[in-house]
Amino acid sequence: MQRLKLFLPLIIFVIMAAIFFGVERRVQTGDYDPMALPSALVDRPLPSFSLPTLDGGQLSNAELPDTWFLVNVWATWCPSCHFEHPFLVELKEEGVAILGVDYKDKLVPAQRWLDEKGDPYFATLFDKVGTFGLDLGVTGAPETYLVDAEGIVRFRYQGALDRQIWDKVFAPRIAALQGTVEGGDSQ
Amino acid sequence: MIVELGHFALILGLCFSLALAVLPMYGVVRGDVRCMNAGGPLAVAQCLFVTLATAALLYAFLSDDFSVDIVAAQSNTRLPTPYKFSALWGGHEGSLLLWLEILCLWTLAVAIFSRQLPRDILARVLSVMGMIAVGFFSFSLFTSNPFARHLHNIPADGQDLNPLLQDPGMVIHPPMLYVGYVGFSVAFAFAIAALLSGRMDASWARWSRPWTNVAWLFLTVGITLGSWWAYYELGWGGWWFWDPVENASFLPWLVGTALIHSLAVTEKRGAFKSWTLLLAIFAFSLSLLGTFLVRSGVLTSVHAFAADPTRGMFILGFLFIVVGGSLTLYALKAPAQARSHGFGLLSREALLLANNILLIVAAMTVLLGTLFPLVMDFAGLGKYSVGPPYFNAVFVPICCVLAVLIGIGPSTQWKRSSTTSWLRAMVVAAIASFILSLILPTLFGGEFYLGATLGALLFFWIVCSSLVSVRHKVRNASSLLTGLKRLTPSYYGMLLAHLGFACAVLGVAMISSFHDERDLRMTVGERAESAFSYEVRFDGIEAITGANYQGQRGNFSLYKNGEYLRDLHPEKRRYHARASQVMTEAAIDAGLFRDIYIALGEPVGEDAWAVRIHVKPFVRWIWLGGVLMALGGLLAIGDKRYRSSAGRSRSELPKGESYAKT
Repeated sequence: MQRLKLFLPLIIFVIMAAIFFGVERRVQTGDYDPMALPSALVDRPLPSFSLPTLDGGQLSNAELPDTWFLVNVWATWCPSCHFEHPFLVELKEEGVAILGVDYKDKLVPAQRWLDEKGDPYFATLFDKVGTFGLDLGVTGAPETYLVDAEGIVRFRYQGALDRQIWDKVFAPRIAALQGTVEGGDSQ
Repeated sequence: MIVELGHFALILGLCFSLALAVLPMYGVVRGDVRCMNAGGPLAVAQCLFVTLATAALLYAFLSDDFSVDIVAAQSNTRLPTPYKFSALWGGHEGSLLLWLEILCLWTLAVAIFSRQLPRDILARVLSVMGMIAVGFFSFSLFTSNPFARHLHNIPADGQDLNPLLQDPGMVIHPPMLYVGYVGFSVAFAFAIAALLSGRMDASWARWSRPWTNVAWLFLTVGITLGSWWAYYELGWGGWWFWDPVENASFLPWLVGTALIHSLAVTEKRGAFKSWTLLLAIFAFSLSLLGTFLVRSGVLTSVHAFAADPTRGMFILGFLFIVVGGSLTLYALKAPAQARSHGFGLLSREALLLANNILLIVAAMTVLLGTLFPLVMDFAGLGKYSVGPPYFNAVFVPICCVLAVLIGIGPSTQWKRSSTTSWLRAMVVAAIASFILSLILPTLFGGEFYLGATLGALLFFWIVCSSLVSVRHKVRNASSLLTGLKRLTPSYYGMLLAHLGFACAVLGVAMISSFHDERDLRMTVGERAESAFSYEVRFDGIEAITGANYQGQRGNFSLYKNGEYLRDLHPEKRRYHARASQVMTEAAIDAGLFRDIYIALGEPVGEDAWAVRIHVKPFVRWIWLGGVLMALGGLLAIGDKRYRSSAGRSRSELPKGESYAKT
C-alpha cells in the first residue's frame, strides 16, 4: 500500500505526457498553432486601399480579380520569405492569382528581389510604412490570406507556405470556396 | 572541410556516448572491473569530440562561412567578433550543441572529481550521464544538425544575429543558464545510481550536494543575467515577465532550491530520503521539460525557437523515456516505509519540510500557469492567457511565508524545538525589524505603501534573525572573532544566500511601490520634471553609425534638485541586415538606491520626440539578491567536508557538526 503512493508522480507525469503528445500531434498535422490568433478580418471584406505598386503603378480594391486569390505579405528582410518564394512561383505557374504586399520594405531591393527570384504576383503593393499591413492585422511576414470572389477574407495563415501546408491547409478551403461560389474556378 | 570534420566529430561523440551509456553499467551488472573503469576514459573521449565539433562550428562562424545554414541565418560579416561567438547559440541547432558541450563537460568533471566514490556508484553515475548524452547527441544529429549546409546559392552575407541578442549580457546568459540546467543532470544521475544500487543512505546525498550547489548557483546567475538583460535591452524597464520560457528556467530553480535544502536533511539526518530522490528527478525533468516547451512550438514566447514538430516529437519521446523511466524506477525502488523520525514543531527538520512544501507549491503554480493556456486550447475550451496578475497573486504570499521561515530556520536545531532564550532573541529581532520597516520606506518616499513596508519588514526580519543566529552559534566561543572563525563556509554561504533572497524581496517591494514612469513628448531644449525631484533636459538628437547598424542618439542632461548630475544617451538602432527591427537602447543612470532610465521613442513632429523616463528605486537589489545567492552557493561548496574522503559515513562525522549548513 505504501508503495502505491510512490507511483503517484509517475501517473501524473504520464497524464501530462499524454497531453503533450496530443498537442504535438496536432502541431504536426497543422491542426494546432499556438501562434494562430484568429484574425479579426476573417469573414470580413478586405480593407480598402489605394497604394503604389512595385512597378510604379497604383492599385485599388476595384482592380482586384473577381475570382478567389491570395494576398501574400512579404519583405526582403524576412528570412522565411526567401524560403517561401520558390513555392509561390510554383503556385503562379499552376495558375493561382497572388497579390503581393511588400511590407515595410525598401523599393530597390524589393524590385531586385522579384527580378532575381521571379515574380509570382499579379501585382505587388508597396506598403512602405505598413499601413495596409496594419489594416490587415499583419503580425509579421510572411503571412498569406485567402480572399474569395466577393473580396471577403476567408482564411489567414501565418508563416511560410510550402507544398505540404498548401495541400493540407489551403486546398480543402479552396475546394469549399469553389463549391459555394459559382465561377470561382481559376485553377 | 573543417565543418565536415566537425560533423564527423559529433558522430564520433555519439559513438562514445553510446559506449559510455552501456559499458560501465554492464560492468556493474557483470562485476567486471575493467568495464566499470572504462567510464572515465569514455567521458574524456566524448567530451573531446564534442569540443572538436563546437570548435569547428565556431570556426565556421568566425570565418563567415555562409554555406553553413545556421551561420547564414545568425551571423553577418559586419557582426562584431564577440557576437559571432554568441551567434553560435543564437538559434536552435547551435544552442543544442552548446547544451551538449556543457553536458559532456559536466560528465568529464564528474569523472575527474569523483574518483574517490565507490567504483560501482561512479560507473552507474557515468552511465546515466552517458544515456542522457546519447539522447542529446541523437537529437542534435538526427533532427537539428548544426552543420547542415546548402551549397547552391550561397548567400553573400548572413542575415545577422537578432539585434536583441547583440549584447554582452546575452553572450554569457545562455551558457550560464545551460550550465545550471544541465548541471541538475548530475544530481539526477546520482539519484538514479542510488536507486539502482539500493544504497539510499546519507552518502549519496553528500556526494550530490556540491554538484547540486554548483548547478544551482549557475542557474541563479543565468536567471539573474536574463532579468538584467530584459531590463535594459527590451526598452521598457521590466525585469520579469512570467514568459513561458522564463518560467521554464524558473521551475528547475525552484525545485533545485528545494532539493538543496532537502539534501541537507537527508545527509544530516537520513530523513526525507524518498522525497529528496524525487526532487532530484524533478529538477532535471523540469530542465528537460523546459527544453521541450522552448523547442517544440507548443507555446508562444518571445524566446521560442523556430518550431519544428519532428523535434518536438523527438524531445517528447526522450522526455518520456528519461522521466517515465526514472519515475518508474523510483516507484519500484524508493524506500516506501518512512523511518519514524520524531521531530519537534520548531525543529530544523520541520522548517525544512515547510520550505520544501512552499517551494514545490510555488513550482506547481508556475507550472500550472505556464501550461494552463496550452491545456485549455488543446481541450478546445478557448484561448487563454495567464498573465502576471495570477503569478503575482500566488507568489507574493508564498514569498512572505518563505521569508518568515528563512528567519527562523538557520538558528533552529535538529530534532527538537529550541530554547526559550533563543525564542526571546527572535522576538527582539521581530520587533526591531518591525520598527526598521516603518522607517525605511518613510525615508525614501514619504508615502505609505503596504507593499514597500511589508518588503522592508521581511528584509529586516531576515537580517535581524540572521544576526540572532550568528550570535546563537558563537555564544560558547571565548571571543566573537574566534567564534566567527569556527563557523563553516557552508554556514556563511547559507546566510549570504538568505540575505540575497532578502535583498531581492526588498527590491521587488520597493520598485513595485515607488517606481515612477512618465511618457513625455519633449522638444529640444525642453526640461521635464520626474519623480523624487529629478529633472531631465532634452539637448538634442544626433545620428550615429555602428559597426553593423545606424541610428540616432538622444542627448539628455539629468538634474537633481536643480543640480546637474550627468549626461544620458539613449539610442535607437536600425541594424543593416534586419532593417525592420528597430532597437531601443535605453540610457540608465544606475545607482544602488535608484536607477534613472531613459528610453527614446519615435519622433513626433518637428524637433519633438516621445521620451520615456522611469525612476526605479532599488531595482538593482533584485539582481544584487541573485548575485548574493550565487555567492552563497559558491561559499557552501568551499566547505572542507566535501573535499574529504567522500566514502566516509555519517556516523564517523565529528560531533560538532550541528553548526554546518542548512
